[in-house]
Amino acid sequence: MNKTTVVEQKSHFAIKSGLQQLLVFGSLILLVIFFSIASDNFFHFSNLIGILLSTAVIGVLALGSTFVIITGGIDLSVGTVMTLSAVMTGVFITIWGLPIPIGIIGGLLTGALCGFLSGFTIARLGIPPFIATLAMMMIAKGLALVISGAKPIYFTDNEAFMEISLGSVLGDLIPGFDIPNAVLIFFIVAILGSILLSRTIVGRYNFAIGSNEEATRLSGINVRNWKIVIYTITGVFTGIAGILMASRLNTAHPSLGAGYELEAIAAVIIGGTSLSGGKGTILGTVIGALIMSVLTNGLRIMSVPQEWQTVVVGFVILLAVYADILRRRKA
Amino acid sequence: MSESLVQMEGIVKSFAGVHALKDCRFDLRLGEVHALVGENGAGKSTMMKVLTGVYQMDEGRILYQGEEVRIPDTRAAQKKGISMIHQEMNLAADLTVAQNIFIGKEPRKALKLFLDEKEMNRQTSILLRQMNLDIDPTTLVSKLTVAKQQMVEIIKAISYDSQVLIMDEPTAALSDAEIEELFKIIVQLRAKGVGIVYISHRMAELKRITDRITVMRDGSYIDTVATADTSIDKIISMMVGRELFQSDKTNRLKDETSESMLEVRNLNRRNVLHNVSFTLRKGEILGVAGLVGAGRTEVARAIFGADPLDSGEIYVHGRKARINGPHQAVKHGIGYLSEDRKHFGCLLEMDVSTNATLATTGRFTRAGFWMNEKRMNEVSTQIVEELKVKTPSIKQKLKFLSGGNQQKVIIGKWLTRDCDILIFDEPTRGIDIGAKSEIYKLLENLAAAGKSIIMISSELPEILRLSHRIIVMCEGRITGELMNDHLATQEQIMTYATDRIG
Repeated sequence: MNKTTVVEQKSHFAIKSGLQQLLVFGSLILLVIFFSIASDNFFHFSNLIGILLSTAVIGVLALGSTFVIITGGIDLSVGTVMTLSAVMTGVFITIWGLPIPIGIIGGLLTGALCGFLSGFTIARLGIPPFIATLAMMMIAKGLALVISGAKPIYFTDNEAFMEISLGSVLGDLIPGFDIPNAVLIFFIVAILGSILLSRTIVGRYNFAIGSNEEATRLSGINVRNWKIVIYTITGVFTGIAGILMASRLNTAHPSLGAGYELEAIAAVIIGGTSLSGGKGTILGTVIGALIMSVLTNGLRIMSVPQEWQTVVVGFVILLAVYADILRRRKA
Repeated sequence: MSESLVQMEGIVKSFAGVHALKDCRFDLRLGEVHALVGENGAGKSTMMKVLTGVYQMDEGRILYQGEEVRIPDTRAAQKKGISMIHQEMNLAADLTVAQNIFIGKEPRKALKLFLDEKEMNRQTSILLRQMNLDIDPTTLVSKLTVAKQQMVEIIKAISYDSQVLIMDEPTAALSDAEIEELFKIIVQLRAKGVGIVYISHRMAELKRITDRITVMRDGSYIDTVATADTSIDKIISMMVGRELFQSDKTNRLKDETSESMLEVRNLNRRNVLHNVSFTLRKGEILGVAGLVGAGRTEVARAIFGADPLDSGEIYVHGRKARINGPHQAVKHGIGYLSEDRKHFGCLLEMDVSTNATLATTGRFTRAGFWMNEKRMNEVSTQIVEELKVKTPSIKQKLKFLSGGNQQKVIIGKWLTRDCDILIFDEPTRGIDIGAKSEIYKLLENLAAAGKSIIMISSELPEILRLSHRIIVMCEGRITGELMNDHLATQEQIMTYATDRIG
């Protein structure tokens, strides 16, 4: 291969890779335009804030899932681990009466511990990620019910806890700019995730493992330990989502959260992250999660029954992945 | 002179402009066992893949039972009665013997809606009895020994009424008793008029079981001789040829007394390695020769901690080293370049800079966490310049580089690491001649700079050109060690490489 053809291929490729990001973002803009025209109630500040707010929980879950999916793995437990984190936060704050910050740390540690255990069973015991996290999904689901006695735990004595999600630090600073904290936290977590993935050694190894696990191992990298680290990171993100959800509902609901993992995975995939690993971006996942929320919100405003909304989302996933396959086939 | 079954004439086949077969021929008669021998890469497999329709020849013709035929795909070959018994088994382990033999042509009953298991087992019994095999048709294949599985595969081929059976290293995984069983079957098939192509590296076997031997070398046909009229030595010398590249060997000899960098003692791994012991000295290139499957890569992977050992000790700098994984081997200053660049070497989807620094990523961080992209780029630029990697930028994805340039980047990964002990497994496989000689020079420079190198290679001229000392392996054992002086020859290495123990 001579030098000039290599150069051509490269610029060709750079355009294509940028194109894909643009494509996903473009679809989001198109959706927003479409719903704005289709319904007068869509493009309103309060509705847009509502969309962002409803994106926050799934969005943070999806951000966490992006990490494991880039390694070529999967985490099916994020939905119920999120619930367990919420329940544990409830136990610490409402039942044990611990201060809110301690409760939050407890919730985050719960998520981290679950992620660590999933990572351990995958990396050390060699259980396939699908099965290990399926087991963790059921363990977390059961534990959430056992610990809470299958009853919701309310945070009614702690007004401040609700502020975590629904208060507005930004609104206090800039009057009228009432963006809920949950949305702010979602974007902060996204920025942190993006830095983690692109600027740190964790992110570097994350892509290396997803790109070629055996070659990475044969480069003297302790792949097993790094996988445990990565699943633990996903667990921490899951814990954050759990606290956001509990705060938003002012309740730790022990039976809510199952099924969220699939929506999170869907957001990651729509965002262009490859299930076979080695490829993906945080920005893509954020846009993917927004596309899902805009779709559900827009369809609801257009009075499409909820059952049909789910059907549409299903087709969008097929479309997004097929578009990606087409693009790759051409490349 | 018996009747001709297959005649291949003037076969030419090239891959991407490289001639894999140059005007080759081969003929097989009814009821004969015809050996096809040659070094790795001599073209034996390519030749047989042309015959079985896996590859299409560029030029030449094939006569089958006296008529010129076209074999566009493997199905066509099978229909004509040409079957290949592969080295790796092509049986479904969780199906029974009968189900495997009749796969794709199962007897049916009741308007062809249901499988007729009973009829299938009955027919299988008949086939097995014809071959004097004591196997129950309803046994699961996974419960059979490797030898028995191979018999089943042979029976499966015969059940297609095969006239031509190609056996690729059929005895590689068999014990002596099992080999006897296999030979009995081969003799029976020969008596039935089946023509058998027997590919093997085991010279003693050829002498016992074959009628004629065809030798290939570097994609060319060398000669066909009657087994009875030839000797093993003669075959080996035909295999390695005479036109050798001889480098100046006087400077190849290395001081025996220089410090030991790596010593392995009695490495054992079940069925793979048997009491492998050797020493690697400072500044030495130790060539490891042997045929495919001799256990060379396995030794390298075991030292590097990529595969577990059953027993054995590894000493680095005279001190005992515990190596439970590649990450520990790297800490002891050992680097390993895999023979399978694509699967075990490259991150194809990632850029040159990431690949070149993969073994040292930890050094390019601040506080062990933040990537220092600038340092990383500096070092990878340096590697690209030093090794003359042809790439438009260090941000180019590795998959867009040629094989030789990919290999340089991967070698660069270990140079960045500054390992004292480097294990290069087939470092020039699949790369062009220009890059090859650059890699040779690099290896020599590294050794001159005091690095110790183990170089595994299937190309004997390469081994003879670069090594100070050579060890030869066969079936997981070291069967010979020689100084690379004027006495070392390809013939001698080949003799060790085919030296099968009892």
